[in-house]
Amino acid sequence: MSTDRVHVFGVRHHGPGSARALVRALDELKPDIILVEGPPEADGLVALAADERLEPPVALLAYPTNAAKGEQGRNASFWPFAVFSPEWQALRWAVSHDVPLRFCDLPAGHRFAARAAEPAGPLDGTTPADPAAEPGDLPEGEAAEEELRVDPIAGLAHAAGYDDPERWWEDVIEHRRDVPPFEAVAEAMAAVREVAPAISEDLVREAYMRQVLRAALKEGHQRVAVVCGAWHVPALAGDLPPAKDDAALLKGLPSIPATVTWVPWTHGRLASWSGYGAGVTAPGWYHHLFTAEDQPVERWLVGVAGVLRDEDLAVSSAHVIESARLADTLAVLRGRPVPGLAEVTEATRAVLCEGDDTRLELVQRRVVVGERLGAVPPDAPAVPLARDLDATARRLKLNQQALVTDHDLDLRKSNDLDRSRLLHRLRLLGVGWGTPVQRKSGKGTFWESWQLQWHPEYAVDLIAASAYGTTVEQAATAKAVEAAADADLAALTGLLESCLLAQLPAAQPAVLRRLSDRAAVDTDVAQLMAAVPALARTLRYGDVRATSTDALAEVLTGLVTRIRLGLPGALTGLDDDAARAMRIHLDATHEALSLLAERLPLRTEWLDTLARLVDRPDLPGLLAGRLLRLLRDAGTLDADAAELRLARALTVGVPPVTAAGYVEGFLSGGGLLLVHDEALLALTDRWLSGLAPDVFTAVLPLLRRTFAAFAAPERRAVGEQVRRLGSGGTRPQSDVDDVELDPARVARVLPTLELLLAAGRGAR
Amino acid sequence: MTATLDATPTVLRPHAEQLYAAELEQLAAADDLPRPPGWRLSPQAVVTYLLGDGKDVSAKYIGPRRLMEVAVATLATDRALLLLGVPGTAKTWVSEHLAAAVSGDSTLLVQGTAGTPEEAMRYGWNYARLLAEGPTAGAVVASPVMRAMRTGAIARIEELTRVPSDVQDTLLTILSEKTLPVPELGEEVQAVKGFNVIATANDRDRGVNELSSALRRRFNTVVLPVPGTVEEEVEIVAQRVASLGKALELPAVPDAISEIRRVVTVFRELREGLTADGRTKLKSPSGTLSTAEAISVMTSGMALASHFGDGTVRAADVAAGIRGAVVRDPVSDAVIWREYLETVARERDGWKDFYRAAREAE
Repeated sequence: MSTDRVHVFGVRHHGPGSARALVRALDELKPDIILVEGPPEADGLVALAADERLEPPVALLAYPTNAAKGEQGRNASFWPFAVFSPEWQALRWAVSHDVPLRFCDLPAGHRFAARAAEPAGPLDGTTPADPAAEPGDLPEGEAAEEELRVDPIAGLAHAAGYDDPERWWEDVIEHRRDVPPFEAVAEAMAAVREVAPAISEDLVREAYMRQVLRAALKEGHQRVAVVCGAWHVPALAGDLPPAKDDAALLKGLPSIPATVTWVPWTHGRLASWSGYGAGVTAPGWYHHLFTAEDQPVERWLVGVAGVLRDEDLAVSSAHVIESARLADTLAVLRGRPVPGLAEVTEATRAVLCEGDDTRLELVQRRVVVGERLGAVPPDAPAVPLARDLDATARRLKLNQQALVTDHDLDLRKSNDLDRSRLLHRLRLLGVGWGTPVQRKSGKGTFWESWQLQWHPEYAVDLIAASAYGTTVEQAATAKAVEAAADADLAALTGLLESCLLAQLPAAQPAVLRRLSDRAAVDTDVAQLMAAVPALARTLRYGDVRATSTDALAEVLTGLVTRIRLGLPGALTGLDDDAARAMRIHLDATHEALSLLAERLPLRTEWLDTLARLVDRPDLPGLLAGRLLRLLRDAGTLDADAAELRLARALTVGVPPVTAAGYVEGFLSGGGLLLVHDEALLALTDRWLSGLAPDVFTAVLPLLRRTFAAFAAPERRAVGEQVRRLGSGGTRPQSDVDDVELDPARVARVLPTLELLLAAGRGAR
Repeated sequence: MTATLDATPTVLRPHAEQLYAAELEQLAAADDLPRPPGWRLSPQAVVTYLLGDGKDVSAKYIGPRRLMEVAVATLATDRALLLLGVPGTAKTWVSEHLAAAVSGDSTLLVQGTAGTPEEAMRYGWNYARLLAEGPTAGAVVASPVMRAMRTGAIARIEELTRVPSDVQDTLLTILSEKTLPVPELGEEVQAVKGFNVIATANDRDRGVNELSSALRRRFNTVVLPVPGTVEEEVEIVAQRVASLGKALELPAVPDAISEIRRVVTVFRELREGLTADGRTKLKSPSGTLSTAEAISVMTSGMALASHFGDGTVRAADVAAGIRGAVVRDPVSDAVIWREYLETVARERDGWKDFYRAAREAE
């Protein structure tokens, strides 16, 4: 078989130098067919590359067509392309020169079938689909195998005396703008593969590549260009081995149907530091190297200066000049032909950022990785996420219609519960199909009301969200994990609740972890307290839904410990508004911890902390009064101790406004105490009547606010008590005492009463 | 960050170029790479001198190679070098060795203080001669910076941010025009090739005398970090504590390494705001908690143990010292320290004694 018809271009995936050299080589060769390493199922999608709306970075997403629910995501594979990827340039060259292009890698269907049988390491150029999956999540065998894999580039780099393979490749291949590197790469790889064993998976893939190549030759193509990873060059170049060996190798390979589509991708996801296995660390830099016409270093530094200036950081042209000089000198010092990313970054740090790592981080995020987002035309095949939503919506009998409809969901029914989960998950994904609304009538935790309205743009949102996963559940999980990364404490507690409502147990640990980290560094006790009620609620619901809440309990315990330690400092020096806000936090935290008393033994410690604070003289009156009330209600302080303290607060030594605040703090949220505790009422009454007229006017608004919050019957009861006090007479016997009770008849009521009370307790 | 001495000096502390004369000579002899004008060694050889070659040349700086490369490349491009870092990160040490390796002279030094006068940066007058002869070249007293300009050497300025702003600004002309006018004589001193300035500054004491942006942009900045790993830091502390103990004539303490590890662990965890296992986030106190402070906590712990205890450094001997280093702000730092004790120290295996001692030290 003649081989001068075949030209193999060994590239580095996402290597801008390779991409540029490849375009030149293709222009020169003018092939009549191009074969590219990638899933053959995507052959039908090549034409879409001509569409200007398909804008890299994009990825080919392959997934098993008929995978069981929940299996889809784990099996999906991505082949990302940036504009500087040689494969993408080959695609563009093919569609603009009207030359057929085929993908020649092992079909994704084979991989899925193989993976289903035995989990294998992620393949070259592909990554596991699940963005939530971290390296630690890989099964043990998979991780070990990944480590064992030979990295051919590293071998060459070490031979050349480089410790960093990326840098070696940059120096030798990417930074050469003159010589086409393909022959040198082919020779080097041949040498590497003589000593490094190829794993069987590679052999199978290469057998398939050769089969595709043979088919292309058989069709009579005269100039066949093969674009593949440098590693595979020796297997494809030169004389091809007999076809029957390859056929034997490929025979009987299990396969399942796979579907492929284009999805938008981002530079952030291309970068390996965002948690994806294979990738490039600096897509922004590569993009720049590929697109800059000349003076790449100078242009890059000017771009960096622009980003810093956008953030109002003073950067002059002199800075840029000096950083370019430093980068050059560093390159000379390190014996590199031209400054690479490492040199440019050092120069940026030392000159443009003046040694400030925070600024450098900004540069890394904005420029080195970049925030480029790809786009996919709407006529690309539907993404699996949209299909999953369609299927789920049909199963749950929810219509995607533009008309507004109301739904009352009874969460005790499994169908309604599933609907609620679906809507909550979609909200996490930014698809606001359903909006939770206040229920007009009826109450109860098992009722949920939604307003549904489908907007056509949700289809676009789904495409954007499809990079997170292939099912609604999986995508929502990944999205929640991502959102947790830079949310503040309040947002995190909300997110945690959403995870519970949407039932995303997989997202919960990551969100909790962030929550505990945030709580640890947050110095604002009020913020910490604001997080407690939601957490306590989640903990209680979690119990009901039988999800594990041990981690949550641990986080809550830590949070309460921090609140207890910080509370003494947080209660002083507050103005009126801050004190009022703090009172609400105190009440909410107190209530949450009391409700959890059986579940978590935090209440005692909490009450201890409060008891130690109640006598501090520097507290705002409102808070001191409130603390006293909380402790009295909890039984930590008995009625006498409470009365003593209130008496102390309502004496001449205390400014009347402070005293009024004390009264408000003590009495707010229910005046029955005054009705039943005559001593307290007398105290308050004496204090009030002792106020001088002008002082009385000053405290009147405070008092009014306190008493106006009581229910009308309470106010009346208090008033009646006061009249009796005023009349000087002893307290008349209450109405209850007047009634003569017949023990026998009372006894008959008791069982029913007990039943009612017990039932009420159970429902709590 | 210290190196063993092979010479037996008669002075209390010899200069770097005296101590390491043999190494410098050896490097110069073997150095066939191009040298920038006025340099004794090629930039590559200077980097080797600082980081050691694992054989004859000892390591002067233990830390990332790239930092030394940037520092040397900066000097090679005629740019002034600003070494930033918290106290105890070997800024002065690095600047001394850079000057010794590049120009063979580390003595052209201006110590920055709040009272540093302009004369220390430019020139002063010998008043006796000024009165006798009038303003003549002979009456001028050159500053270290002026001498460095004349001879094409490296001038060092320590603690640049302590120097008053108006004195700092005298550096502007020197750094941009590379010239120092002497208007009284109608002359100027133009810097010879090889002249450059290395300044050090402490980046924790913000706002002392912040460099003006005009001056700042004439420097390339290299931030020297705290030691990268626990092991590295334990080693540095142990080494320094041993040598300090000798100098203070404290009796040798047998088994302090476990307490050193504990002190270093506490310092690192609080400094980084993260526990060593990476599982728990922490708040960082306002103090720097540098390696140098860890060393001083350990030496005072040793003093306590040997004078008031049985000679073994125990948790109680270091607990109060650690608290003193951590709690600089009596309100916010105290909360941070208690939080650390309650959430980290209390639960940790083998830290019961430390927890108890620290609680008692409250």
